[in-house]
Formats: sequence, C-alpha cells, structure tokens
Amino acid sequence: MFKKILVANRGEIACRVFKTAKRMGIATVAVYSEADRNALHVEMADEAVFIGPPAAAESYLVIDKIVEACKQTGAEAVHPGYGFLSERAEFAERLAAEGIAFIGPPKGAIEAMGDKITSKKIAAEAGVSTVPGVMGLIDDADHAVRIATEIGYPVMIKASAGGGGKGMRIAWNDEEAREGYDRSKSEAASSFGDDRIFIEKFVTEPRHIEIQVLADTKGNCIYLGERECSIQRRNQKVIEEAPSPFLDRETRKAMGEQAVALARAVDYASAGTVEFIVDKDRNFYFLEMNTRLQVEHPVTELITGVDLVEQMIRVAAGETLGIGQDDIKLNGWAVESRLYAEDPYRNFLPSIGRLTRYRPPAEGAGADGHIVRNDTGVFEGGEISMFYDPMIAKLCTWAPDRNMAVERMADALDHFEVEGIGHNIPFLSAVMDHDRFRSGNITTAFIAEEYPEGFHGVEADCQTAADLCAVAAVLDAIEAERRARTASDRFAEDGASETTEKTARMERENTPVRIRREGDEYAVTVGEKSPMRLKTDWQPGETLCQVGIDGAAAAFKVDPVPGGYRLRHRGVDRTVQVLSGRVAELAALMPEKLPPDTSKMLLCPMPGLVVALHVEEGAEVEEGQSLAIVEAMKMENVLRAERPGKVAKIPVSVGDSLAVDAVIMEFEA
Amino acid sequence: MLEVLEQLEEKRREAHLGGGQRRIDAQHAKGKLTARERLEVLLDEGSFEEYDMYKAHRCSDFGMQDQQIAGDGVVTGWGTINGRPTYVFSQDFTVFGGSLSETHAEKICKVMDLAMQNGLPLIGLNDSGGARIQEGVASLGGYAEVFWRNVQASGVIPQISVIMGPCAGGAVYSPAMTDFIFMVKDTSYMFVTGPDVVKTVTNEVVTAEELGGASTHTKKSSVADGAFENDVEALLEVRRMFDFLPLSNREKPPVRHTPDTADRMETSLDTLVPDNPNKPYDMHEVIVKIADEGEFFEIQRDFAGNILCGFVRLDGSTVGVVANQPMVLAGCLDIDSAKKAGRFVRFCDAFNIPILTLVDVPGFLPGTAQEYGGIIKHGAKLLFAYAEATVPKVTVITRKAYGGAYDVMASKHIRADVNYAWPTAEIAVMGAKGATEILYRSELDDPDKIARRTKDYEDRFANPFVAAQRGFIDEVIMPHSTRRRVLRAFELLKTKQAEAPAKKHDNIPL
Repeated sequence: MFKKILVANRGEIACRVFKTAKRMGIATVAVYSEADRNALHVEMADEAVFIGPPAAAESYLVIDKIVEACKQTGAEAVHPGYGFLSERAEFAERLAAEGIAFIGPPKGAIEAMGDKITSKKIAAEAGVSTVPGVMGLIDDADHAVRIATEIGYPVMIKASAGGGGKGMRIAWNDEEAREGYDRSKSEAASSFGDDRIFIEKFVTEPRHIEIQVLADTKGNCIYLGERECSIQRRNQKVIEEAPSPFLDRETRKAMGEQAVALARAVDYASAGTVEFIVDKDRNFYFLEMNTRLQVEHPVTELITGVDLVEQMIRVAAGETLGIGQDDIKLNGWAVESRLYAEDPYRNFLPSIGRLTRYRPPAEGAGADGHIVRNDTGVFEGGEISMFYDPMIAKLCTWAPDRNMAVERMADALDHFEVEGIGHNIPFLSAVMDHDRFRSGNITTAFIAEEYPEGFHGVEADCQTAADLCAVAAVLDAIEAERRARTASDRFAEDGASETTEKTARMERENTPVRIRREGDEYAVTVGEKSPMRLKTDWQPGETLCQVGIDGAAAAFKVDPVPGGYRLRHRGVDRTVQVLSGRVAELAALMPEKLPPDTSKMLLCPMPGLVVALHVEEGAEVEEGQSLAIVEAMKMENVLRAERPGKVAKIPVSVGDSLAVDAVIMEFEA
Repeated sequence: MLEVLEQLEEKRREAHLGGGQRRIDAQHAKGKLTARERLEVLLDEGSFEEYDMYKAHRCSDFGMQDQQIAGDGVVTGWGTINGRPTYVFSQDFTVFGGSLSETHAEKICKVMDLAMQNGLPLIGLNDSGGARIQEGVASLGGYAEVFWRNVQASGVIPQISVIMGPCAGGAVYSPAMTDFIFMVKDTSYMFVTGPDVVKTVTNEVVTAEELGGASTHTKKSSVADGAFENDVEALLEVRRMFDFLPLSNREKPPVRHTPDTADRMETSLDTLVPDNPNKPYDMHEVIVKIADEGEFFEIQRDFAGNILCGFVRLDGSTVGVVANQPMVLAGCLDIDSAKKAGRFVRFCDAFNIPILTLVDVPGFLPGTAQEYGGIIKHGAKLLFAYAEATVPKVTVITRKAYGGAYDVMASKHIRADVNYAWPTAEIAVMGAKGATEILYRSELDDPDKIARRTKDYEDRFANPFVAAQRGFIDEVIMPHSTRRRVLRAFELLKTKQAEAPAKKHDNIPL
C-alpha cells in the first residue's frame, strides 16, 4: 500500500479523499493555489504544496506542477478528484512515466471514454444500448441541420469533449440547430480547446440514471447499483439519490451488466460511472462514461457501505477487489443535496464572497437510525471565490426508505446555517417538500417544469403559518422572561397571569395567540386552531431554534426584526411580529408600502460595472434584445429586454459602478 | 359621589378624542397614528399616566376663545418601557394641527422639569404644524422655554426625539438639541423654512420630502439618527434603543442578563482581514461577532458610512462602539465621519457608557473639499471627544492605523485604557508606498529600488510590534479571542476612576 498520496484537487473532494486516506493510515499531500491559501483541504492535509495563481489553468491544471509537488513530497500516488485533471489521459500517462501511481483508470480507458463519439462507438460494440445520433464529425452548421432533420427533432447538440452542461444545446427546429451548432462549437473551443460537436436524438421525459462500476486490474468488475440524478438545473445536477425510485430489479440488472460490459471493453480499472438516459418506458440509452469519481458518489457509499475512495486507492495499489457482485446489497435510501453559492430568487445568479456564518447540521447517526453526512471544503470565515466551482457542500441523508430519507434531508437543510452569500437552501427545501418530487415521478425537466418562472420562495400553508406564529410567540415569551429577570422591579406588575395573550402579525395579518407556560413546555393556541405544545431550549440571540411541536422535532432559523422575528423553515421565509393586541391593531392601520413597480425597469442584477449600453433613450427594443453589459466578478453579463418596449430613460452611463437593483433603464409605460 | 366619578370618565373620554373622530380618521388616512395611540406603542401596556389632560389655552384673539380642546394639542405624562420609567410628550396633530401655544409649551416644560428633578429620560414625539400663530409672541416664548430646558437637560438625562409629522421653523430646534432624532419615512419632515418660502426667496422648487424628509436628514444632512418605515416600527425601535441607555447621568446603563458566553470564540475572525491591504472587509462583522447575541443598534447608518457608531452589550452591559469601516472610503476620517463619531463619543461619555473603538484607518481624506470644509476643526471634534472622555475606553486595531488618524482613534496617548492590536495591525506614519516615496525621493525613477525599499518598510512597520515595543499597544491578541479579551478589559475597568479637571465647560471646536 502507498505510504503517501497527493490529491490534485481542492475543496470538498480533496477533503473527502484525505478522510479515507487518513483512515487507511496513508500520509496526505494537498496542493493549493493563491486563492486557496487558507482553504480547508490545505489545513486537513499533512503537507501542502503551493502551485501558483488562482486561475486553475495556471495551477490545478498544470501537470508539471503536480508532478513536481509529488517529487518534492515523495507522494507515491495521485488522486485527481473530479474535474481538473481527473479525465486527462496525458496526466495519467505522465504520472506513469514518472513512476507515480494514478488513482484512477488506465490511460486507454480515459481516452476511449473521453471522446463522446468514440465512447458511443465502443459502447455500441460492447452491446450497450445507445441513442440514435450521428457521431461523425460535422463540417458546418448546414451539415448540422441536415443531420438533425434526418434524426428528427428534437435533437441535442453537444461538445464532444464536454461534460456537465457545458457546450450542450437542444434544438427543436432548423434555426435552433444552426445557432446551437455555432454556439456549442465556440463554447467547446473556449472551454475544452476541442471544438468537435456531435448531434443525437433528444429523448423526451428523460431521467438521468447512472451506474457506479468498480473494477480492478485483475479483470474483476462489479456494479454498485444506480444513482438517479434527474433533478438538474440547466444540466447541472442539484439533487441525486440512490437507488432510483423508477428502476425495477430487471432494468437495474440489465443496466448494471451493460455498464460492466462497457468497463470490461476498455479494460477499466478503478471507480467509474456509466451514465444512461432512461425514458418513461424504462428504455435506457448510454450517455457517456465518466472515468473518475463522481460528485454524487456518497449516495452510493451510503446504500452499499462501500468506501469508493478506499477501493480506488486499493485498485491503484494493485490489490484485487475484495468484494464481488454478490456482496453488493442495496440497503435503504440516500439523498444528496448540492448546496451552491447562488441566489435562487435571482434566477440562481452566482454569489461569491465570505461565509460569515457556516454551521452545517450535526453529522452521524440520528436517534431513529438515519444518517447525516456533509462533504464540504469550506468553513465559517472562508471564501467562496470566483475561480472555482461554487459548491458549498454536499449534504446527504440516509434512511431505511425514500420518504424518511427525504424527510431527514428537509430537516437537515433546516439546520444548515449559511450567511454572507446567497445560497440555494430555500430552493432545495422547496424541492424536498414538493409533491411531485416526493412521488418520485421526476424527469430531468422537473425544475424547468415545476419552476417555469424561476423560484420565488415557498408559500406557507395553513399549518406552517400556525407553526410560525406559535414559534414566534414562544421566542417572544422566552425573551419576555429574560426581560422580567433583568428590568428594574420598580414598576413591575405583581401577579402577572400565567397565560399571555398576544397577537402574531405575519404578512399584514393579525392572529390572536394565547401562550401559557406549563413546566418546560408552552401550550400555544393560534387563532381558532387547537392548542399546540411547544418545547425548546432556545435562548435569546441564538440563530437556530430547535423546537418540538406536538412532539415532532423541527428547526427554524431565527433573525430578530423590530417587534418580532424573521423565521426560515422548509423554504418558507416569513417575518412574524409578536405584539400586544392593541399594538397589533395599531400596526394594522399602517399603510402597506409597496415596493416600486420595477416591471418597467431594467435593474442591475448584481453589483457591477456598466461596460456597455447598447441602446439609447427613445429606442424601440425587441424582446431578447441586448440592452447593456454589466461586468461583475470579472464576467460580462448581457442584460436583455424581457419584452418589447421603448426606452424612456437611462439614468446610468458606461463606467458607472452599480449596486444590486440599481435602475439601469426605464421603459415607457 | 358616583355621579362625580362618571363625570370624570366623561371628561376623560372627551379629552381622549382630541380634535375629534373626523381628524383622527384623517390622521389614520395619512398613515399616521394619533398622539395617544403612539404612546400606547411606545410604553408598556397600561403604564402611561397622563398629566394636564384638561389643560386648555388662554388665547382670546382671532376667536380662539370659542375653540377650547382639552389638552391643547399635546399629551404629556410618564410611563415605562420594559419596566423602566420615562417622561414623554406626544404632540396631537388633530388638535389645532399640533401647533404650539403658550399652554402647550407649559405642559412640555412641566414634564421636562420633572424629568430633570427625578433623573429620568424624556422622549418627545413631534407632530406639529409649528407655532400657534393666533398667540404670536407667547408661542415663541413657549418654544424658547422648551429650548432652554433642552440645553439644561443635555448630558443630564437622555433626550430622544421622534419626528412623526411636520416639524418646521423654530420647532426644529428642540429636537436638534436632544441626543437622538428619529424620523418616519414618507410621513415626517423637518426644515427651518418650508418649500413655499424657499421658492419665494431663492426660486428653488423643492418638495417637502426632498427638502426635509427622512431620506434627506438620514443621508444628506445627518440631522436625523435613523429612519423607520412607519410609526409602529419607529416606536418599537425606540423601545429597543431605550433599553441600552441609563435613566440619567447619575446612573449606570442597565445590565441585561445574557446566555451568550463571555469566552465565545469566533474563529472566523481569524480570516477576516484580507491579505491584500487594499481589499476591504465589512467591519460590521467584527462588531456583531463581538457583541452579545450579535445585537448592534446602529446610529446614523446611512450617513458617513466610513465610520460606524452604535450600541452593543458586552456581558450584558451597554457599550458604545465606534469603528472605521474599510468598505466605505477605505475607512478614512473625513468631516462627516469625525462629526458623526465625535458626537456619539460625547453622548457615551456623558452617560457613563464605555467606548469600544475598532480601528482600521488609512488616514484623513485629502482634498480641497475637505480642507475648505474645515476638516482641521471638524476632525478635531473627534480627537477632542476621545481625549476628554473619562469612561472606560478599549481600542482594538484590526489593520491600518496610520498617521494622525491613529492618534485620533482612541490611541493610548489620548488616554484609552486598554489598547489591543490584531497581528494584522499596521501602526505607522503612513502606508509603505507613500512613506518610501518620501524617504527615497531620489530613487523614485528606479522602480526596482523603490520596490525593495517599500518591502523593507513593510517588514519593519507593517505590524503591531513596533508600537507594542513602546507600550502603545498593551497586547497583540488573536482575532478569534477578541470578545473574551474586550469583555475582560471592560470588566476590569468597571472600577475606573478618572476626573476631568474642574472647569466651567470645555471649548470643543464647534
């Protein structure tokens, strides 16, 4: 076994690999760029080597620097994580030449699967079912249109070298095929340095289900069940689970065996993933093979009990797989939520900056046997930088069945405190409570279909509204007790009654609340509802309130506001004031101040610099027309007209620094 | 006997209606509460005791003798806020537009005198059309009686003004001489002369809101210390602030029991100060992470953002915080920030509130605008305020403390009691680049040499140890233990004794 390994990666995946390495008694080496000087993975590793400027192309992607770091530290093997150099055949090759083990598949397998056209051909030859499409190289846009017409719309246009959602487009007609081809090609060229494109049939109502395989260098190869990754936003996975609620035993077996066949066809060794697209009739088609550890590998680990990183290390060290196909039993259900630094209320705009607060839920096994696991590479006071993936953490829950696993996830998300940057916890919470998600009837279009106008928060249903009022009333009662203990007693009223009558004011609506302390519990009656019993050990100033409501545990994020609290729970974000009846009555007299009508304005979506204005006052604009460019985080963002109109006023000029929501243009009514 | 009791009830009912239901409805239609309703929000339920409910004016000109309304346009008395007493007056716009008559002024003066005698705060809720013109000079005299009392009370009892409607002409000078002014957005305004007069005299066309609305006074003029969305929110926030303040200069601020532990570590502060000295960070984060329960009541949030002022509690006790804010103008001192912080420091000192100063200051803002505006005298206000303050003063330098601004920001030399520095602190005459350009002017055309000199200067001075060697810094502390350190320092200073030399009063550069 290796004595020391280096992880040529950063963030959560580097930390993840270090964890297993440490458990195995292997010394660890981190590499880091300028931007990662204080990163968690550097802290976690036994040694760390500085490898250059923040831009990945000048640090994490420079093979020479990684090799040099291995030599400098005496690392015998390199785990590449995912992304960066993980699927670069030349990297595996170079390491081999230097006598350093690559904790991943052989170079040949990476090469064969790295190219979508070749991989599809090999898959077809290995008896793997594939999507009809043209894998040949495409000459130009006209050629692309001809191919698309032959296959039949809709078609998918994809960069041959691409992964994730990059350089991928769907075309429903000739015009889109032409445009999609051109844009995919240029994106592919800039992102991957390889502008080859292919076109294939676009499967409707598709699910994304992938098979985890594991192979050694001795010819053993097994599959570890599937993961369903259908909850995606713009082809970026958001929520994954294992197993899939959709697969039956036969389909699973067929997919697993085809995946193994493909792995064998390329002499695969290490962990790998064969991605399939599955239609509503459970027909499945090969999509691609990822010759690396997947981001979402923890859900497989949770249901199989296999540490995939450990297996990768063992295989790389030449060991024979200690587990056979029959040892793989799928146990229970696991769900993963990817916490991203993005603002779900602003069309998931990336949000970078300092994590002023970062408190993940407690990891480990809960009282009812569920498990919470959080893979992360950040810490409170750390920075989400613009240079890398904006993922904050991967939160996983495991439970005996899907419903419980999802329920535990919703609860874990309620316990997850992230402040300082925008994050998608409210959105993840919303999905966890979404009826269609709960039913398991999902496709890759779930988010686009269920949130066509974007995400605008979660409405509080009747019970949630009552819970919010009750929780706010209890928090207020706890603060009142504290006040009574500290205030001067010169004018204290004697014999304050046991029961307090208050009014909870939420969304401009007053609801009477009666609250009575009974031992270590509060009996709370909200409006006409039957009394609830609340129990909490929350203390003033705490930002998280764990509370039992009629015996059911729940968590609420708490921020004080004038006269009450902002409470966040299950994606619901509401302010509840707790006032005396009279003050609430007077508060009801206060005018509602509506935010200014911004529908006739172009607002700056993020703090940034105006670098171009494409129209002038008085100009008629078409829907989708480019109006202005705002530079933020060193990226140019093109702002487009949402509807046709006439520009009435442009209060800004090029070179202005704008705050978020600053008015860039006003349109005529 | 019962009949007499009924008569009292009847008289009270009448008085409570003020200017009548029609005017009450009009007040509500404007989004405003009535004078008595406001007191119901401000004070603990049922705690208000009214004085002079039946007082009426004595004017007999212009037919005024036929218009008598009990209370004469102002409600006065006392009540409690979370159990602590305060005197209050609340002008009643439904009665003669809240205009100030001689008797109206007498009512206010009565509670002011009592507040002074008993050492209790005074909160005034202003909603008045101005002087009662029918009374002429008697009304003006009434104003001046109030002004005089405001000045006598200044520094003796906390005086808080909430502007909840018009406040124009001479009327503005009573709030102006109180400790804090809060306004209500969209429904309050203050100016010495209104839009009509402005138009006549200067030909400027301006709305009342633009001339003296909450936005103007919180962002441009700094007359107001804060603005709130509506009457209820404003009054709830005044209650929150009141809890920080002592009842008078004879008392210590109240102590609130807190579950927040004194030794709470904040490891995230260890990564707050960026490696690049030109990169800003948000000083608010330091304040809320040091404060009990993360609570910070900020004063003048929308004005001179390069300095932050406000109240926190440390281990339950009120502390005033003054902090440079690197996010705005790099945290430099200028006319506005010096005036803002200077006044705040003096309030704290007057009312026995210890002062915590967080320093990251690159110096004074240069330029003709500043010099012509009198930065010398205005900057001196903050220096003067710190130097004369005898309350416990603890200072933490987080990063830059350059030049004269270092001296000003509660340095050891002007008698701060405990001066800490984070390891990231740089206490020097100026930044390394500026310093080398002066020291090595002859080498300016050789960028390599200058770079080397700059590096040398940084190595020598860009740290807290040069100052620590001289005892200007008592201890270099870990950022994560700032709360614990600062709490311990203030705990120790609770028995501090310091007296200013006897004098009639000082002569602060106004």
